[in-house]
Amino acid sequence: MDVLVVDEQPTPGGQIWRNVEAVAGTPRAAILGKAYGEGLAVVGRFRASGAGYEPGTQVWQVETGPRAFMTRNGAASSIEPGCLLLATGAQERPAPFPGWTLPGVMTVGAAQIVLKTSGQIPSDPVWIAGNGPLSLLYAAQLLQAGGQIAGFLDTTPPGRTAAAIPKLAAALFSAPGDLMKGLGWVSALRRRVPYVQHVTKIEAIGGDTIERLRYVTASGKTATVEARLLLVHEGIVPTIHPTLALGCRHGWNTNQDSFAPQLDIWGETSEPGVFVAGDGAGIGGATTACLRGEIAALRIAARLGRLPEAQAAAAAQPIRSRLTRALAARPFLDTLYRPRSAVFVPPDETVACRCEEVTVASIREQAAAGRPGPNQVKAFTRAGMGPCQGRQCGYTIAHVLADAEGREVPDVGLYRVRPPLKPLTLGELAALDSADVTS
Amino acid sequence: MFRKLHDPRGEALTVTIDGVPVAAEANESVAAVLLRQTPVWLRTTPVSDALRGPYCMMGVCFDCLATVDGVASVQTCLTQVRDGMRIDRQRGRPSVAS
Repeated sequence: MDVLVVDEQPTPGGQIWRNVEAVAGTPRAAILGKAYGEGLAVVGRFRASGAGYEPGTQVWQVETGPRAFMTRNGAASSIEPGCLLLATGAQERPAPFPGWTLPGVMTVGAAQIVLKTSGQIPSDPVWIAGNGPLSLLYAAQLLQAGGQIAGFLDTTPPGRTAAAIPKLAAALFSAPGDLMKGLGWVSALRRRVPYVQHVTKIEAIGGDTIERLRYVTASGKTATVEARLLLVHEGIVPTIHPTLALGCRHGWNTNQDSFAPQLDIWGETSEPGVFVAGDGAGIGGATTACLRGEIAALRIAARLGRLPEAQAAAAAQPIRSRLTRALAARPFLDTLYRPRSAVFVPPDETVACRCEEVTVASIREQAAAGRPGPNQVKAFTRAGMGPCQGRQCGYTIAHVLADAEGREVPDVGLYRVRPPLKPLTLGELAALDSADVTS
Repeated sequence: MFRKLHDPRGEALTVTIDGVPVAAEANESVAAVLLRQTPVWLRTTPVSDALRGPYCMMGVCFDCLATVDGVASVQTCLTQVRDGMRIDRQRGRPSVAS
């Protein structure tokens, strides 16, 4: 098959195995751990596969056909492949709170990316406020790297462990090693850094940058502490802008509090010839992402006449068994790390839309004036109209409207996604070959 | 706000941030270089002139926008440094004419 891989990043590996080729064999590899190092073999197999590779390329429009438009080194082009596999992964769940736009407030994922790509760690003791495996993993990596943690604010609400216990057996069957690793991170953290459980509210306070951090726990304890850098994390959600733009059917995943494209057993969307693999299909992690990719690849090969359908079906069977097993840990993790309600419906003074600086209170005012949906709110308040195109506020707007109007989030929905998916200059657009525009 | 774990060897590049020469390493992003500087902000917002700095580092949030080699509103977390690159903090709404 003739395969072209278009990657927004400069090197293969996605976010999990980001920069793994350069990091392998350096002291940083030991800090990042074994699971990170395993990416080297996967990237090696990809490099040897003969697939075309265009790194540093932004896809800014996908259409039915399928057809994709992209920009690389300031030059735009389009492609009409026989099949399109979207492996857009995940983004950190938007987790707004008062003061979250101040410089010096970043996500845990951002700090981990800087460790992977640039070999750097916070220069001062850092506060981490979060819930979910990534905050624990990064904290462990930071300590291993010689970094200092001023305190870890665990925002997992009370009662989550009890709710998750019935799902533990399946998780132990699926990924016993990962669970033991996670327990190890938690116990090491509690031993080595101030660890505050059941944090319900956080607020970043400062002028030009964060200066103080205020937090409240479920038991009512309030504290205000000095902070130069605050890292936050509340889990991850599938990146669905491209499938939304294509008009693919999506469904609400209650366990993961997020939308995901509806897929058949091969990973094909409701749009013929468009497949999704990886966390963009629903959060499952690196192992799951690779297996979903293999299954989709078999179907695509069959669709393009390179593999008999019966052979594809037979080859997919054992992969599906491994996929089922890999996904068996999710119900436990999703229940244990389900965010607290304030992540979805933050206090009124919180900036909901970072780009256009629209507060939760303004969204509530809109809701009180009628029963608007996200697109009306966008028109009236400009929320979601900035450069990030609702990637940071879409879920917040949906949750605040649902809360104010007594509706369900899947009923409210997200903004309509408008082209281009990523900003591009008029120069890039004008440089499109005329054949690209008219064909 | 951040520091390197290692001594950058050999491949040191020089970029300028608001005209001030700053050392960088090959293959790192502009935003990563900025996280080692003071002040750490990169732009002021068009709405309220509030300061913003890198937030997500993976191209999602669009808060690390700055002017790079004269091009406004570049996502610096997705842009790798080049020797001699000119990075300027961006104030308010960029002018179409600039």
